[in-house]
Amino acid sequence: MVNNLVEVRDLVVDRGGRRVLHGLGLTIEQGSVTGLLGPSGCGKSTLMRALVGVQQLVSGSVSIDGLEAGSKPLRSRIGYSTQAASVYDDLTVRENLIFFARVLGAPGDAVDEAITTVDLASHADQVVGRLSGGQRSRSNLAVALLNRPDLLVLDEPTVGLDPVLRRDLWALFHRLADAGAAVFVSSHVMDEADRCDRLLLMREGRIIADDTPQRIREKTRTDDIESAFLALVDEDAGDEGSAA
Amino acid sequence: MTPRILFAVTTRVLTQLRRDRRTAAMLLVLPCVLITLLWWMFQDLPGDLFGRFGPALLAMFPFIVMFLVTSVTTLRERSSGTLERLLAMPMDKLDFLGGYAVAFGLVAAVQAALAVALSVGLLGLNVAGPVWLLGLVAVADAVLGTALGLLVSAFARTEFQAVQFMPLFVIPQILLCGLFVPRDQMPDVLHAISNVLPLSYATDAMQTLVSSTATSDVWRDLGVVAAFGLAALALGAATLRRRTP
Repeated sequence: MVNNLVEVRDLVVDRGGRRVLHGLGLTIEQGSVTGLLGPSGCGKSTLMRALVGVQQLVSGSVSIDGLEAGSKPLRSRIGYSTQAASVYDDLTVRENLIFFARVLGAPGDAVDEAITTVDLASHADQVVGRLSGGQRSRSNLAVALLNRPDLLVLDEPTVGLDPVLRRDLWALFHRLADAGAAVFVSSHVMDEADRCDRLLLMREGRIIADDTPQRIREKTRTDDIESAFLALVDEDAGDEGSAA
Repeated sequence: MTPRILFAVTTRVLTQLRRDRRTAAMLLVLPCVLITLLWWMFQDLPGDLFGRFGPALLAMFPFIVMFLVTSVTTLRERSSGTLERLLAMPMDKLDFLGGYAVAFGLVAAVQAALAVALSVGLLGLNVAGPVWLLGLVAVADAVLGTALGLLVSAFARTEFQAVQFMPLFVIPQILLCGLFVPRDQMPDVLHAISNVLPLSYATDAMQTLVSSTATSDVWRDLGVVAAFGLAALALGAATLRRRTP
């Protein structure tokens, strides 16, 4: 049975005087990895901010497990990692994680577990500011894993990472999903599409496709998601043309 | 408010400070150096000028330093995304503000202890009232500086702008606090303005402590400083929004 953990309805969001999300609707299931793919600037991060409850909405609703996004009981059940690393550069990886674990009230072994999971054990006592970009973004991801969340909202977690590590992280996302979490991952790199159980393609604040990667390719009669994306955009333009 | 989370913030801020040796030194050593400079400058002049200016300086340092440090650190929290992350977690706004206030309050207590010990012990500042109360006024002052720093950080976009708030919020208070001209000898308008500036009360408290053993006025002034601090914290809390545009 499919269980929708997240339900977004008619979501409208403005940022900086511009409409970013235009009445968007979607669901995210428990136990699967849902990918959010679209070009940079299409509203992915805004949608993710709305899911964790830090985005002001114009209208519409975001509910998670029947509760309004951002409401108090939800805040310890969600793991969120932003695109730019939101960690303290002047603290070590371990100090950062210990701090966030205290805020979350995560169990004592969560810190070591998260460090191992993102493969930073050998750098755990280094100051984050002196790590490489990839290591910083892994420490950023580790924070999101601390409280073994029911919903993981990860904004471009694999950007700039070594392919081996990227593969390992996607394997991790699937393990977390198998354990019952809903994993929601964004990327602007289309070749990550096939690693998702389900794919949401996004463009200019709208969801233009929502299905498994395979079915999206079949429906658009294309071989890869990039071509499928283009086909969908062309089709969309055609519809608008005929409607006008 | 959750004490566990509040103290997590305090511990973290203090760890960051410990790591940043230069800032830590500025916070603790610099006030002592400046007080010594003041004392030295007045050395060959007749009268107890150090006794007149010293107490005001003891009131001023914690306020200025904490204002600067807090406005820059909180601004960094806002711009680096750590604040957004914390507000998506089970963190109450008061945990965040309180954590900062406690951390910088502790630093201020150490700072005040050093500055007061130096002034009274080595430089011969005569304090008629209880010396520990001098320290308490300094801590209240620091918390006030922290609270104002938190508040103005909401109105700055860059660290550069945050620093620019100092001339606006701090220097008028220094000019009007009674250090240069006793407040009751100022033009009426300026006297009235000085009455609504918190640093005036902190300076009054310090000067009373130095000159008399009666502490009731000191407690009243301390109460006023604390009230300003709490009001600024409350306003600061209002500027921290969980949901931002």
